[in-house]
Amino acid sequence: MKFKLSALAAATALSLAPMSHAGEVEVLHWWTSGGEAASVQFLKQQLESKGVTWTDFAVAGGGGESAMTVLKSRAISGNPPTAAQIKGPSIQEWGDLGFLASINDVATQANWDNVLPTVVSDVMKHNGEYVAAPVNVHRVNWLWANPEVFRKAGATIPTTWDDFMVQAGKLKAAGYIPLAHGGQAWQDATVFEAVVLGVGGAEYYQKAFVEGDMDMLNSDTTVKVFDVFGQLRQFIDANSPGRDWNVATSMVINGEAGMQIMGDWAKGEFKVAGKNAGTDFVCVAAPGTSGSFTFNVDSFAFFSQSDADKSEAQGVMADAILSTEFQEVFNLNKGSIPARLGMDRSAFDSCAHDSMDAFVASSQTGGLVPSFAHGMAVSEAVAGAIYDTATNYFNSTDSAETGAQQLVAAISAAQ
Amino acid sequence: MFKYLETHLPKLVLAPTVIAMLVCMYGFIAWTAGLSFTKSRMLPQWEFVGLDQYARLFSNPRWQVALDNLFIFVFLFILVSLVLGLLLAIFLDQKVRAEGALRTIYLYPMAISFVVTGTAWKWILNPGLGIEKLVRDFGFTDFEFRWLVEQDMAIYTIVIAAVWQSSGFVMAMFLAGLRGVDDNLVKAAQIDGASKIQTYWHIILPMMKPVFFGAIVVLAHIAIKSFDLVQALTGGGPGYASDLPANFMYTFAFSRAQMGLGAASAMIMLCGVLAILVPYLYSELRTKRS
Repeated sequence: MKFKLSALAAATALSLAPMSHAGEVEVLHWWTSGGEAASVQFLKQQLESKGVTWTDFAVAGGGGESAMTVLKSRAISGNPPTAAQIKGPSIQEWGDLGFLASINDVATQANWDNVLPTVVSDVMKHNGEYVAAPVNVHRVNWLWANPEVFRKAGATIPTTWDDFMVQAGKLKAAGYIPLAHGGQAWQDATVFEAVVLGVGGAEYYQKAFVEGDMDMLNSDTTVKVFDVFGQLRQFIDANSPGRDWNVATSMVINGEAGMQIMGDWAKGEFKVAGKNAGTDFVCVAAPGTSGSFTFNVDSFAFFSQSDADKSEAQGVMADAILSTEFQEVFNLNKGSIPARLGMDRSAFDSCAHDSMDAFVASSQTGGLVPSFAHGMAVSEAVAGAIYDTATNYFNSTDSAETGAQQLVAAISAAQ
Repeated sequence: MFKYLETHLPKLVLAPTVIAMLVCMYGFIAWTAGLSFTKSRMLPQWEFVGLDQYARLFSNPRWQVALDNLFIFVFLFILVSLVLGLLLAIFLDQKVRAEGALRTIYLYPMAISFVVTGTAWKWILNPGLGIEKLVRDFGFTDFEFRWLVEQDMAIYTIVIAAVWQSSGFVMAMFLAGLRGVDDNLVKAAQIDGASKIQTYWHIILPMMKPVFFGAIVVLAHIAIKSFDLVQALTGGGPGYASDLPANFMYTFAFSRAQMGLGAASAMIMLCGVLAILVPYLYSELRTKRS
């Protein structure tokens, strides 16, 4: 709270400063729910204090599918917004089509190359020039657990997948749902991703699921991954198909279920329910992935403008996004960690601290990998193929060999 | 001038509609057909690759599932809706009391959108919330009804919800048809000693042929373009077990950045609709000419 007041004071102070820039940004995004909308509002205020008019172009719908459809039609008709919420390899696809504007001047001036980790800045660049600005880093490979449930069932929080099966069995025997899960394709893929990383390790993950190395995909490790993934079927409840992720989180919160594998946005649900990290709920890395970090970076990409004023406004916006004030406020609201390194971390909670430490540590060891379940690793087509195989396998009784074969076939067909 | 208007007014009045239809229907059909021969991914790209997208489409296991589901769904949906609708209409035609009220009750589902139907049935069929829980709470603890969450059975839950929605409408069509039957015919049959069932089977039903045709055409195109019901009821799941071609098309064209593949699947759907419509139109037009 103290921080928010000071941020507000800063925003007010800036608004009194003489307006050196003018121009307008029209921003396409799908952050329309509670905390996210508040964060966007903060960015808007920051820009307006610098004399840039903000035209909000919010298209609701969680995954941004409808927003992307709108963006495509606007881009084809030659009238793209100034900036749009695009992430991962999609930035490259838009860049290849020649729609994106370079913000390299601003980036050089603000020294982005030094404040951003390389994995993040690589995603933001097209042909070596910055075309997008990152707002946050989500860690996807989290395991959320209810310690009360574990205590009652006499189980301990698992750190490997072998141990997971043992402990989940104990939870099940004690009458709890071991793994809270929502049977939607992206949630199946999120769990699958954690299994891939935990069973195969970061190198296998990188080779097979990011670079699409067929030899790696055809190896026995893939079969082993599917075997572990398949064993999880017994630990979810029958009502899971179609369930939303936050409903699954609430099952952990109210002690119906023991664990959930979900990205750090789940923390918001615990917070809203008035739970405290460490005592009421525990966040640990998904089994076998403690040294690794699957990242999911949200970003704004900038579209080429014919109007010089608008291009200038883009620079102002890019600068504001990377400002420490915005990075802090936004990420406190969203549950993620700032994309820039070396920020004051006192306002963040213990889960975010773990996340920050793991981020820095894994970037040294090669354990930092992009999340394929959240559109960071591969093209939409390949990601879709992985989604299809994972969700189909998880909902069937197919053997691990069949699953692995289907995955190889689907990925090679989509490439 | 006046004379010109007099002769050309009908054409002038119709022209905007005709142009709108030419552009918005046939123009875009042609556009989609064109796209299906290109390698378009995220945005339209006019680089032609022949029938490549169709080959990819038919080697896609998800499309096979969607296509199989479509056959199951179209067949069962039309059949059950027709039988139920016809029976309801015949029962209502027995000069029952409060027919108006009953008719309204059966027709009501038609007034609800498929999204609402889907959401309501999602709750009714959910094992932990709906029928299964209800029956178990009555004491039958072994009762199982979990088609919604079973990969092999999920498509049948879509049939159930769609039939619930549409059979009232089929009933209304048949009821209108039955009311048009000449009473004298029925009376003549009775005098000849025909039982009620015989009267319906041999005399009244054959006269309903146009109604059958009309109902089948309406139901078939509802079935082929079904999208919202699946989206609301199962979301295509579990996995992609209850996908229909329309859901497949949407997913691939808009959220998977495979526009060419999506366009190809849309063309196959169009062919499906044509396969039903062309024979129908042909028979209609032929009877009119003769």
